[in-house]
Amino acid sequence: MNLNMNSMESLVAQIQGLSSNASDIAQLHNFLKQSEELLHSDFTRLLSSLAELDPSIHSLGFLYILEACMSFPVAKEQVNELIVSVARFINSCAAEQIRVAPDKFISVCKRFKDQVILLEAPIRGVAPMLTAVRKLQSSSEQLTTLHADFLLLCILAKCYKTGISVLEDDIYETDQPRDFFLYCYYGGMVCIGQKQFRKALELLHNVVTAPMSTLNAIAVEAYKKYILVSLIHLGQFSTSFPKYTSSVAQRNLKTYSQPYLELSNSYGTGKISELETLVQTNKEKFETENNLGLVMQVVSSMYKRNIQRLTQTYLTLSLQDIANTVQLRGPKEAEMHVLQMIEDGEIFATINQKDGMVRFLEDPEQYKTCGMIEHIDSSIKRLMVLSKKLTSMDELMSCDPMYLGKVGRERQRFEFDDFDSVPQKFTI
Amino acid sequence: MEPDEDLGQIADGIYANGDENTQRHRPIISSEQLDIEAYAALYSGRTKITRLLFIAGRCGNASMQLEALRMAYDEIKKGENTQLFREVVQKIDGSLGTTYGPDPAWADSVDRRAELRKEKLENELNAYRTNLIKESIRMGYNDFGDFYYAHGQLGEAFKNYVRTRDYCTTAKHIIHMCLNAILVSIEMGQFTHVTSYVSKAEQSQDALDVVTVAKLRCAAGLAHLEAKKYKLAARKFLEVGPELGNNYTEVIAPQDVATYGGLCALASFDRAELKSKVIDNINFRNFLELVPEIRELIHDFYTSHYASCLEYLGNLKANLLLDIHLHDHVETLYDQIRNKALIQYTHPFVSVDLNMMANAFKTSVPGLEKELEALITDNQIQARIDSHNKILYARHADQRNATFQRVLQTGKEFDRDVRSMLLRANLLKHEYILRTSRKH
Repeated sequence: MNLNMNSMESLVAQIQGLSSNASDIAQLHNFLKQSEELLHSDFTRLLSSLAELDPSIHSLGFLYILEACMSFPVAKEQVNELIVSVARFINSCAAEQIRVAPDKFISVCKRFKDQVILLEAPIRGVAPMLTAVRKLQSSSEQLTTLHADFLLLCILAKCYKTGISVLEDDIYETDQPRDFFLYCYYGGMVCIGQKQFRKALELLHNVVTAPMSTLNAIAVEAYKKYILVSLIHLGQFSTSFPKYTSSVAQRNLKTYSQPYLELSNSYGTGKISELETLVQTNKEKFETENNLGLVMQVVSSMYKRNIQRLTQTYLTLSLQDIANTVQLRGPKEAEMHVLQMIEDGEIFATINQKDGMVRFLEDPEQYKTCGMIEHIDSSIKRLMVLSKKLTSMDELMSCDPMYLGKVGRERQRFEFDDFDSVPQKFTI
Repeated sequence: MEPDEDLGQIADGIYANGDENTQRHRPIISSEQLDIEAYAALYSGRTKITRLLFIAGRCGNASMQLEALRMAYDEIKKGENTQLFREVVQKIDGSLGTTYGPDPAWADSVDRRAELRKEKLENELNAYRTNLIKESIRMGYNDFGDFYYAHGQLGEAFKNYVRTRDYCTTAKHIIHMCLNAILVSIEMGQFTHVTSYVSKAEQSQDALDVVTVAKLRCAAGLAHLEAKKYKLAARKFLEVGPELGNNYTEVIAPQDVATYGGLCALASFDRAELKSKVIDNINFRNFLELVPEIRELIHDFYTSHYASCLEYLGNLKANLLLDIHLHDHVETLYDQIRNKALIQYTHPFVSVDLNMMANAFKTSVPGLEKELEALITDNQIQARIDSHNKILYARHADQRNATFQRVLQTGKEFDRDVRSMLLRANLLKHEYILRTSRKH
């Protein structure tokens, strides 16, 4: 015990001494790795030693001790205190120090997330986790393991806006498929929460079409939501997969999402009553899969879709006629729907309350304003950057010895003289 | 106001149109029940029986049904098809008195004779085959085909007719074989065979005689009709020469050529084609003379007297539904003709008063609105309906705006696709690294 005390004290001293420059940090890191066993043996001493360290200066040491702390079962009354200290650490730690030991940092953050959820106060974890994600990332294009955890907290705390701020960065670098799947799935849910269906669709699409060798539950759930969001946002759903979808997904996803496919079939017929009976019969299933809310949105989107279709064929139409064709209960309800759609910019129309007539107008956008030109200009610039990225990626890949080795090997089995086209497997 | 002037002129035109319709009203024939006797007289052979049976099964009118069955019974008695005979007797079920009962003596004697004949044919064929005389073998198979055809075993008949192919020595034989195969295939409803044998016959080196050409055109037309390729069917029927006459009554009557060809042409041709290929076609005019209703309705359609045209069509409908080849297609053809009429009517105008249009089509305004709505949704008419004032306005697409919209949309799609492509590439790369690292 005494020895322990001593070495603990010496450890703290070491940490305090070796936290100033890069070479010191590396040395400290080695030292800390060696004393792992020591750290995990005594819990009470750990907490007190934490008090002697400053998280912003001695980040690495603090991280190791904190990680050891959290590996012990924590008493209920201490949880609160622990959460506060982790949050403080995350906020003040130095990014370059914690990136030396990312796995330790991730493990601390994951435990922190679990504790927050156990306490049923996910909102307390949102801000620290966002900071943690930003500190762990070396560039905004990198996907970290913490992304998914952060988005999960956002969903639980209903802080969708905060979640969106992370989703706005384009992610390209990812090394763990599981992280990627979860990131896209949770990200999709966050976007659904904010009604940004286009973005949600994109994220869910990424999950469904991602290369995979075995089917996973995340992809199945994502496919269900993909069907629903596609119906809400696009008004249709195509059951055929893009050709780059993995064969496992193409073969199996449909069997797991039958009621959803039936829903999309019935949506295609445009008959609201049919859709509603289908929803009623499958209500329990939708509810247990936590998709009932989305299904309800699908139903209400059908009204909108039908009204939108009328704008294509009619110049004026009475509210009564709208109610009849769209199967609403009466002109009053039709008026509410039309009004809501005008407000949301989904149709262009004016309501004449005196005669009960709706006059549909053409889209007033003339594509002549400065704003529009700027928008187009910025789009072009963004696309140029993207396509440059694509070219450089292509070049990189065609120089990659591992890739060439594989391609060469596969090619020989088929043809010798055709070295130009990319083999089937790698068309992405 | 310019639109108002336009409107005035159009109104004049439409009123004139409508008035004329009422003046031109003339009694329309053929709305009465089909005259089965006259109808049956147009055909011969097996098709006569099958057509009569088809009418009996479809007409839903007891006296007409019995009449058709009676004539079918008489016709069968002339032939040797006992199988069909028993079926008809069962359908009549004694309701036509004892003269039309099951005649077991006749049936048995026919069956016995058939047995003998079959044996004789088999012996003959075997003899020919041992002697290896090509022409005789061909004849033998052909006789077998005829025999099976007469007894209603169409599948066997087809097989035997086709077998003669290996023993055909002249182009004439090939044509003969093709025509037999076509006849049996039409009876069986195997229209893919019909198409292939028609093309085979048409490839023949020798110049075909005009009657055969006409027959082949008819068969090809029927095959296209059955495949719902109405435009092609119309072209084939329009090419049928007047030499057809009554030479192909075992398949089709010249009246049918006019009806099938006329309706298919109306449903699928545009105005110019209708004028050049149907109305100005001297050959086809001969056929049209046989069915004056069809001739009149085509002319009405071309001269934009849609109400009268549709009236003719309505009157013909009941009888067309009893036609063995056309019945499945009547609804589709009628819908297409009606839609064509609606589209043609609206085409030249900037705005159309729905009341007048409904008048011209003898329908109600709400009904017309529904039809127009369907056509607009289908993008067949570029217009929008002012349901308040009951006016249809033509719509002119703004190319510039549409282009902008499309460009922005394409940009978004490109953006999305490239980003997900980069992502997938990275995931694939990762997977590859994972596999190799596992191997080592």
